[in-house]
Amino acid sequence: MAAIELRGLTKVYPGGVKALDSLDLMVPDGEFFALLGPSGCGKTTLLRTIAGLETATDGSVVIGERDVTGVQPGGRDVAMVFQDYALFPHMDVTDNIAYPLRIKKVAKATRAGRAREVGERLGLAHLMDRRPGQLSGGQQQRVALARVMATQAQAFLFDEPLSNLDARLRLEARTFLKKLQRELGVTTVFVTHDQAEALAMADRMAVMENGHIRQIGTPAEVFQRPANTFVAAFIGSTPMNLLEGVVRGERLEVAGCKLPVPASAEGRLSDGEQIVYGVRPEYMTYAAEPVEGAFGGRVAIVENLGAVHLVTLEVGGVLVQVVVPEGSEPAPGAEGFAVPRGDRALIYRDGNVV
Amino acid sequence: MARATSLSEKARYSADAAGLGTPRAVAFVAPAMALIAVFLVFPALWVIYLGLTNYRLTGLAAAEPRFVGLDNFVKAVSDGGFWNSTWLTVQFVLGSAVIGQVVLGFTIAWLLRDRRGPLKRVVEGLVILAWILPGAVVSFLWIALLDRDSGSLNALLGIPGFAWLLDHPMLSIVVFNTWRGTAFSMMLYGAALGNVPPSHLESARLAGASGWQQLRDVVFPHIRGHILTNLLLISLWTFNDFTPFLLTAGGPDHRSEVLAVHVYNVALKGGELGFGAAVSTIILLINLVVAVFYLRLLRRRS
Amino acid sequence: MTRFVLGRIGFYTLIAVLLAFFTVPLLWLAAAPFTSNPTYEVSLPDFTVANFAAILEHPYALGSLYNSLLLAVGTAVLVVLLAALAAYALSRVRLPGRDALLYALLLLSSIITGTAAMVPLFQLAVELDLIDSQLGLILILTGGLLPAAVFMLKDFMDSTPKSYEESARVFGASPLQIVGHVVVPLVRPGLATIAVWSIANVWGNFLMPYLLLSDIEKQPGAVIMFTLYTEGGQANLPLLSTFGLLYSVPVVLMYLFVSKKYGFRFHGGIKR
Repeated sequence: MAAIELRGLTKVYPGGVKALDSLDLMVPDGEFFALLGPSGCGKTTLLRTIAGLETATDGSVVIGERDVTGVQPGGRDVAMVFQDYALFPHMDVTDNIAYPLRIKKVAKATRAGRAREVGERLGLAHLMDRRPGQLSGGQQQRVALARVMATQAQAFLFDEPLSNLDARLRLEARTFLKKLQRELGVTTVFVTHDQAEALAMADRMAVMENGHIRQIGTPAEVFQRPANTFVAAFIGSTPMNLLEGVVRGERLEVAGCKLPVPASAEGRLSDGEQIVYGVRPEYMTYAAEPVEGAFGGRVAIVENLGAVHLVTLEVGGVLVQVVVPEGSEPAPGAEGFAVPRGDRALIYRDGNVV
Repeated sequence: MARATSLSEKARYSADAAGLGTPRAVAFVAPAMALIAVFLVFPALWVIYLGLTNYRLTGLAAAEPRFVGLDNFVKAVSDGGFWNSTWLTVQFVLGSAVIGQVVLGFTIAWLLRDRRGPLKRVVEGLVILAWILPGAVVSFLWIALLDRDSGSLNALLGIPGFAWLLDHPMLSIVVFNTWRGTAFSMMLYGAALGNVPPSHLESARLAGASGWQQLRDVVFPHIRGHILTNLLLISLWTFNDFTPFLLTAGGPDHRSEVLAVHVYNVALKGGELGFGAAVSTIILLINLVVAVFYLRLLRRRS
Repeated sequence: MTRFVLGRIGFYTLIAVLLAFFTVPLLWLAAAPFTSNPTYEVSLPDFTVANFAAILEHPYALGSLYNSLLLAVGTAVLVVLLAALAAYALSRVRLPGRDALLYALLLLSSIITGTAAMVPLFQLAVELDLIDSQLGLILILTGGLLPAAVFMLKDFMDSTPKSYEESARVFGASPLQIVGHVVVPLVRPGLATIAVWSIANVWGNFLMPYLLLSDIEKQPGAVIMFTLYTEGGQANLPLLSTFGLLYSVPVVLMYLFVSKKYGFRFHGGIKR
């Protein structure tokens, strides 16, 4: 059990490409932490640097109070699950799970027993003599998990743990992983490009872009109050409405509509300022009758998302989206109004939240 | 200021997966490189030195070889035997590689292109058999085939007593080498033809093109690159081929003495190592030119 | 319709001619060993195995097959070992000058042929008193095959995923442990291919042993075969036919085995 701390971590590749730009991060002991971001943002590089597979150009990595920046991967007391699970094809499940113990020179009988123990815990008891090639995707993942559990390392690192599973299995595996981590209580950092996955599984997360951390926070914080327009646009299964507007005294003029200043930005705006108004489709209510302080326009598209509908309104030349509960969806072409929740609307100045 | 861009996966992460490190990597590479340096590179460099001496196998020059500068090279270039062998080698390469193997290999690949059954397997199997059987064995099989009195060829053609190897040695070795080496070209063109999109061929066929026109307008443009690299490679191999020695030993009377055999006869049978080394150097240089050309073509294509 | 029929006739005629061209020279090898008192003629064999006794009677025939095996397997072992080590290091570690080295290897393997090197190799062997050394011959043959072998194996290793090695590394395995536990089992098919390729190349090699070995008892099958039909006097056809057949069988078997197990992936170098 250990906390992971990164101070000023930088990684520059030969050729000058900066994959990590002076990152500071603190993952407390026992937390399930997500590194989220689009492809190329540096999240996997960061994970590999924590593991020791990449050497940091500058800065430090501290695991459980020990500075491991210069320590070889094998000596950091971390265990890693790779995206393709990396189960050795020529060894059976028992030998695969027991492999880390073999390196630690544990006696053969002891390590086989421990492997069996861990395997049983993850429901693999009947598969212990099979080869990885004979297992399903979900079973392979559990063997990979058993292998890291067998190490009893201080921290676990998962690289895209769910992306190799098919869609249905992925949702089950999400719940399974979160429950497992809670039971084990081991500090775990995982990498994902899927924001829904990060929101569902993580205790806290870091959203990354181009080698920088754009925001660190709990899923609720990141979802309800994205720190900048990048995070605002990246998080959320339905894209956040980000509309240009201008401050007019005590009100805002956005997409030709007059809106009140949200609570979070009260007193911090100056007249005539150009701002970006941000509000999630989920944080607006829909009305068919005109309402004060709302977006008014014509319904262009109605999309069925299952229990809710996504209504796209054409408002003053721009598109505004609002989520509407089942049963109250309007017809295309109708006049409609979207009222933003005062406590969830956000103002962005130069990309950052006010 | 450095910016982070999305590199391809291969370039992004450190490739040293096992943490081998440079010192160990050098230790891993060293034995192979040492062997190559000693037993391959060094002789290639040594031959240039040898060519500049008057080294002989026996006699005074064997004990005390003298540096003679470019004498051997001058002698080679003005030696009738050398030019005879060079001309014979040109015929050998042109006849059996450029014309023989390529045409035959392509023809077979083309004829069998759409088939998958036993006929294809039998034909390909026999052609490949000709290639993989050891050189000494196939050479003797052709000696038996071409035997003047009871060889199968004369029996089939009804002309007993016709001495192929004595009267037509070059023709014999050209046909022999074509027979022997066709498999490589056949496999290569087979693969190349398989890569021609069927839709192109079908469009041509629907437009009324005959088989020959399809070949000319659809197939050749697609495989042009392969033809050239194939030609270069098998020309290089044929140029260096020593197998004619097993069939005719360069005779009768130097009439089938390709350069490879010429070097052997002059240097190792005749004992003139310095002179033989000069000829070998010339062969090396020709190889170098062809190989560089070939690699450049390959690189441009990939 | 007639064009189609003519086309078909033309096709089958051409195929028949080609089949004849490739089959006729081989017939003698199939028929003569089993024909009593064989001549150069090809005739229906009377299925005798008496000719095979000739191999046992000849003092050097059987021994030469053993020599061929020794040379071929010895070279293959050395090639696989050295090439695998080098290929792995070149694949995984960015050594300075690596690309230039690979290009040089490719170039070397094409340029320095037996023909080009026979004079210096012979002269050096004479000078250093290494004539008649089977070990020396193995080393020379290995040197000739190594560049291409390294190149091919490196290509193969490049396409092997690195996650297995990295996984073992994070679990604390040392680099040598990783090579032994993880890498070697993974690249076994590649190693097997190179081994077979080496054996096939050495088995039929005539020039190098002919040049560098003088003791006839050390000569491999290729040289003995040649000697049998070039030494003076009447050619011993029973021996030549049976020995030729026996000497050919191993390579044919190897080819069949490789193409069955790995599907003959050789397509003249073109990716299918």
